[in-house]
Amino acid sequence: MTARRVAVTGFGVISALGRDAAAFRQALEQGRSGIGPHGFDVRFPNAAQVRDYEPAQYFDDKQAGLIDRFAQFAIIAAAEAIAMSGIEFTPALKARTAIVTGTSGGGQSAIDDGFLDLYKNGMPRVNPFTIPRTMSNAAASHIGMKYGITGPAWTVSTACSSSNHAVGQAYWMVRNGEAECALTGGSEAPFSPGFLKAWEAMRVVSPDTCRPFSRDRKGMILGEGGAMLVLEPLEAARARGATVYAEIAGFGMSADAHHITMPSPEGAAAAMRAALADFPLEQIGYINAHGTGTPANDPAETKAIRAVFGAHAGKLAVSSTKSMHGHTLGAAGAIEAVATILALLHGFLPPTANFNEADPECDLDVVPNVSRRAAPVAALSNSFAFGGLNATLLFTGPSLAR
Amino acid sequence: MPADTTGRVIAVIASTQKMDASRIAATSTFEELGIDSLDGINIAFGLENEFNVDIPDDSLPQLRSVADIVAGIDKLLAAKGGA
Repeated sequence: MTARRVAVTGFGVISALGRDAAAFRQALEQGRSGIGPHGFDVRFPNAAQVRDYEPAQYFDDKQAGLIDRFAQFAIIAAAEAIAMSGIEFTPALKARTAIVTGTSGGGQSAIDDGFLDLYKNGMPRVNPFTIPRTMSNAAASHIGMKYGITGPAWTVSTACSSSNHAVGQAYWMVRNGEAECALTGGSEAPFSPGFLKAWEAMRVVSPDTCRPFSRDRKGMILGEGGAMLVLEPLEAARARGATVYAEIAGFGMSADAHHITMPSPEGAAAAMRAALADFPLEQIGYINAHGTGTPANDPAETKAIRAVFGAHAGKLAVSSTKSMHGHTLGAAGAIEAVATILALLHGFLPPTANFNEADPECDLDVVPNVSRRAAPVAALSNSFAFGGLNATLLFTGPSLAR
Repeated sequence: MPADTTGRVIAVIASTQKMDASRIAATSTFEELGIDSLDGINIAFGLENEFNVDIPDDSLPQLRSVADIVAGIDKLLAAKGGA
């Protein structure tokens, strides 16, 4: 069969910028950062956390004890996305709906809690829910149970590309007729003492804030949250009268095969080229960059964008919303997919916040500090993981879906 | 005692890089030894344990040779001793 067009008919997001898509959009338009003190005893004092989050606001006590924070974020985002889509899960559709989630660390804080009890607090046993809380597929499984969805469900873990890869796989399934609907995205909750010490030892986290593409950038800022999308064949979405917020028009993956932590511009470029395989690149008006704010990533990504786009690179806007919601690791691809969709939908370019000074090695229009009215019709969202695993999603706005 | 520092630095590099210490001289550079940025992080971790000091993140890019490390460690030790 021929490939079907794939519509985004719902999305949800919870992050340091707020608990839903409306709050997220507002922060992106205002260029407001969600970065602040985290209170853990590590060298870097700041992070992008979901402030004042209480599981009891969303889950009963029993559920909250069984479901780790990372999975809670995905469930909350999925509920928003499904409500927005207005989709009705008939028994037939439930069996033909896929769930594909991404996470890097899964419920690592559940492991951390258990090992703290065991090694430090002298307790002889750990919480019996440690395994079901920890498993990376917990988010996909709980979403499936909540809505009775019985189609293919699985979880992708490719570090910082996890949920970009997840959305891409879900897109392929719907496009190729292997699912009639997909719930896809990802989530991450990296704030536990042991995991933060591991990030401290990696020496890639900024001592102050995240300044992507700025000459004085000093590293990334860790963030947490989750985002989920509802994908359907465009024809089916139209047939049921659903609002089409965006389309996914391409997806590319590649591996650097170069170094376990250092990025390669060639690998990043290959992912972007693969996403653009069937699409005129002159139509791309915006790129939501991987843009971690580390010394290594931003020049490599700039080089890759220039290699792919040539002269058109000078006409594109490229920004890193990680400057506001932090680097949410396995959730980054999904959260940034929502940022990209919002930009296309509402006609604005989210800024790169905390930007101080142009860097000749990052000589792109990075939309410094202030969002801009613009009407891009198509946009890329990049995720490049440690381990050199790259992913790029291509979205088109509703104007091209008609 | 700079000479002593040099010997201990070389031992840390040898042990983290799984490299024979005889290959490392006081004048060796990271480039000669094939040490990349991730290796550098691991060496810094070894040095922090060996000398009981904290090496700031932003000093790492400047450490490109055994001599750079020895100078940096002596400075950190002097600051600690003088505190």
